[in-house]
Amino acid sequence: MAQNQPLSSDMLKGTLDMMILRTLSTGDAHGHTIAKVIERTSEDVLEVEQGSLYPALHRLEDRGWLSSYWGASENNRKAKYYRLTAAGRRRLTLEASRWRQMARAIALVMGEHVTEEGAE
Amino acid sequence: MIFERLFRLSLFRRRSDRDLASEIAVHINEERAENIARGLSPEEADRRARIKFGSVRRVHEDLWQQNSVALFENLAHDVPYTLRTLARTPGFTLTAVLVMALGIGATTALFTVVKSVLLSPLPYPHSSRLVSLYESDTVSSTPTPWDPVAGGVFHEWQRATQSAAQMALVSPWQGYNVSASGGQLPESVSASWVSWNLFRVLGVAPALGRDLLASDDKPSAPATVILSNAFWKRRFAADPAIVGKTVYLDANPYTIIGVMPASFAWNFNSKTELWTAAAHESPYLMSTFDDHEFLVVARLAPGTTLAGLVNQVDTVQRHIKLAHPEASVHNRAIGRSLLDSSVEDFRTPLYALLAATVCVLLIACLNVANLVVARSAARQRDLAIRAALGGSRWRLIREHLTESLVLSTAGGILGLLLAMASLAWLAHSKIALARSEEIHLDWWALGFVIAISIITGLVAGLIPSLGLHAGQLLESLQSSSRSHSGGRSRARLRKVLLTAEVALTIVLLLGAGLLLKSYQQLRTRDLGCAVNNVLTMGFSLPDVHYKETTQKVAFFEQLLARVRALPGVRAAGLSTKLPGEGWGGDDDISVVEHPPLPKDQWIDFLRRGVDPGYFAALQIPLIRGRYFRSGERFGHAHVAIISDSIVKQYFPGEDPIGRHLTTGIDKETSEIVGVVGDTRWMISQPIRPTYYLPLFTGDSGGVSLAVRGNPNVDAESLALPIQKIFGQMDPDLPVHDVLTMKQNIGVATLQDQFNSILILAFAIIALVLAAVGLYGVLSYLVTQRTGELGIRIALGAQRMEVMRLTLTDGLAPVAIGLLAGLAGGAATVQLLREMLYGMSPFDWSVFLIVVVVLAITAACACILPAWRASQLDPAQALRAE
Repeated sequence: MAQNQPLSSDMLKGTLDMMILRTLSTGDAHGHTIAKVIERTSEDVLEVEQGSLYPALHRLEDRGWLSSYWGASENNRKAKYYRLTAAGRRRLTLEASRWRQMARAIALVMGEHVTEEGAE
Repeated sequence: MIFERLFRLSLFRRRSDRDLASEIAVHINEERAENIARGLSPEEADRRARIKFGSVRRVHEDLWQQNSVALFENLAHDVPYTLRTLARTPGFTLTAVLVMALGIGATTALFTVVKSVLLSPLPYPHSSRLVSLYESDTVSSTPTPWDPVAGGVFHEWQRATQSAAQMALVSPWQGYNVSASGGQLPESVSASWVSWNLFRVLGVAPALGRDLLASDDKPSAPATVILSNAFWKRRFAADPAIVGKTVYLDANPYTIIGVMPASFAWNFNSKTELWTAAAHESPYLMSTFDDHEFLVVARLAPGTTLAGLVNQVDTVQRHIKLAHPEASVHNRAIGRSLLDSSVEDFRTPLYALLAATVCVLLIACLNVANLVVARSAARQRDLAIRAALGGSRWRLIREHLTESLVLSTAGGILGLLLAMASLAWLAHSKIALARSEEIHLDWWALGFVIAISIITGLVAGLIPSLGLHAGQLLESLQSSSRSHSGGRSRARLRKVLLTAEVALTIVLLLGAGLLLKSYQQLRTRDLGCAVNNVLTMGFSLPDVHYKETTQKVAFFEQLLARVRALPGVRAAGLSTKLPGEGWGGDDDISVVEHPPLPKDQWIDFLRRGVDPGYFAALQIPLIRGRYFRSGERFGHAHVAIISDSIVKQYFPGEDPIGRHLTTGIDKETSEIVGVVGDTRWMISQPIRPTYYLPLFTGDSGGVSLAVRGNPNVDAESLALPIQKIFGQMDPDLPVHDVLTMKQNIGVATLQDQFNSILILAFAIIALVLAAVGLYGVLSYLVTQRTGELGIRIALGAQRMEVMRLTLTDGLAPVAIGLLAGLAGGAATVQLLREMLYGMSPFDWSVFLIVVVVLAITAACACILPAWRASQLDPAQALRAE
């Protein structure tokens, strides 16, 4: 299990919210889809322990960044869909820019070379 | 947010649990469907889907925790963690806890005193209905707002208000000689004369025997006395059959009719040991309108208010004044609650002390906040990385809070012990504090400690959190590769804290300085007579044994002759009251040669009876005329000596010698034969005009003896031989208050000494805390700037320049705090006006000294870190990066 998770789940926690917001910015999805999208787009490095997704989703909904509704899944089952709210979109912008700063800072501390365009 | 969540918790927990379950089921189904699509067997597909999802139960638990109030949920985790961290830095922990304990302990102790003395109801049933009434003079040249009530006036009041209140009177400043009996020495005790119904009005009854009856409170009634519990135990060994026995007071037999319960607290004079019936003791006082001898206590009838009752007696008093227009009859009546009149004198000092302790507590709080900031600054990179990795801001604040709450809890427990110790000390000290026997730690105090510990913890924990916002954490992470400007905002926060600390310290120092100076002035105040090596003692010749004036005078003369003959005695004198001993009686005076005064004006002089050698013995200077002569005695002594202030006030530009004064009740006329220097009747009070009559006219029973020792003899060592002389002359005559003049002054100024020393102690604590804070902040700044300073020095900056730079950094908050403190102090010291004797609260010398003391302390606290900065080795400083 450990090899499957190159990043410790603790480290992921802080960024999971941000990644969920990012995933939902392309369209509404239910939990399973979100987990799959994160796995695939990270080239399977960020293998989310799928269970940990749900506390995060509920938390984000509590804060008004997501809204939810019940709809039909691809396999025609009743599933809970999540949608990014306007506040969620603003939050995503904020977190993304912070993240870029942070990533650059950590890279500096770790003595990596950082080029200016390194931060997209 | 929290409420919303609690709301959700309580109402929707069930539904959301069901929702979650179906959400999870959908998820696992989707995964399984995908796995089957990849060609796995249904069993394997299900197994993998479940592994991939992880524990369903944990998801439920996580959500539950997430929806709960984090503070309580995580307490069990946070507290042990905090304890471990604190244990790793025992120096920090110990300092913080001690500082907190000091603040909390002092505040709790003072809170307890204030509550027990000033706020809690008097220990009588329905005590809120008890009031005390006074006469008041608003028209005379010397207004006396809260004057005791004359006996005749009392009866008029009582008659007019029978339906509105029960009214009783008491004269708490009486005393008796208790005769030697059953192998016990004679002694002189404090007593109160009371109207028969006083205890009934208060709502208390004797524990043993009976209360006074109306039939006891008559001139013709047999003499009766009620004992205090303490006196009964001490003098009569708690004899259960004491009621009905006889005790000799001033050599007269009194029947003991009752003993008060031990719990009975007598607030008018806590030394009172006997109560006797006023009308029996002094029929004369009960009928006059101008001899103000009694306090009046009234219990309001249901439906009557204090204002209503005062209104009624005020009307009565105006009628009395119309019927008796004499100047010494007062024209108005006023009143206040009995509680207020019992504790009036202590209100300002106690509140001032409480304010001082609150100041200390605040400073302690700021200091601990400062320490917490310093600690978190040291762990800043650690915190920044945790924040980057998703540690929430709330989580970090919670850590600060837990830490400071743990500290303040420990401080609170230690503070409670401290408060207990200081209250125990207070109980054993000789402070004349009303209701001091009622002071004890109770549930209120405990609640107070808990509340104040929590508040202190919250304040000390939240202040450092002010600086914790995400941007800043990021900044600190970014700056960490070259930390030249790192932690600046942290330092700014600490400087603000420091400024507040300095300001509070200034306020405390100002208060302490003023009180101390006032106390010092009081101690060195000129009493107007010799105070060095002077021994004093009091005695009272009972009329029963000394019926004739000649007997008294013979006793005085013989006593003086024998005392003066003692080896080591330089001089001795007798007076009805010595300087500094108190009021001692006063008279309305008129000068025969002067035109009569306008109707509403009157002259009032303190009266003293002295022997011919008194002035010389106490070195009171003779300014004009002569002393009394030893032949001036009995009926043919129509002479008086006046004090210098009388001459200045009433004989300006006139020789008073040969003028005549008409004095006292019997309107006797005396010729002024001399003028002597002023003396103070009480050390803390302004000088009052005083006139002297010859003691050898023999009217006085209560007399004080003053003995000045030879320079090579300690006056205190004369006490025993003199008491022996008394014993030989009259074995049944007790001598009381054997004290040197200096001890007398000390007793009179004890309260002021207590106040000023306590506030000074608080101020010193504040000063030390401020200095420690200053030192800490500056040391921290220097450490922060080590690299920068190293570069500066390496580039050729002068070491003096570096030192100046660092000093400015540290002293700027001091300067701002100083100004703020002076401004705040100027407003605060106004409140101390009542506690200062003969000086303005704006005493420039005190202000100056405070500023200088603080500046020096601050400079001392700053100089070491600054010097260290200037001595940095640039090579090492740079390598330290």
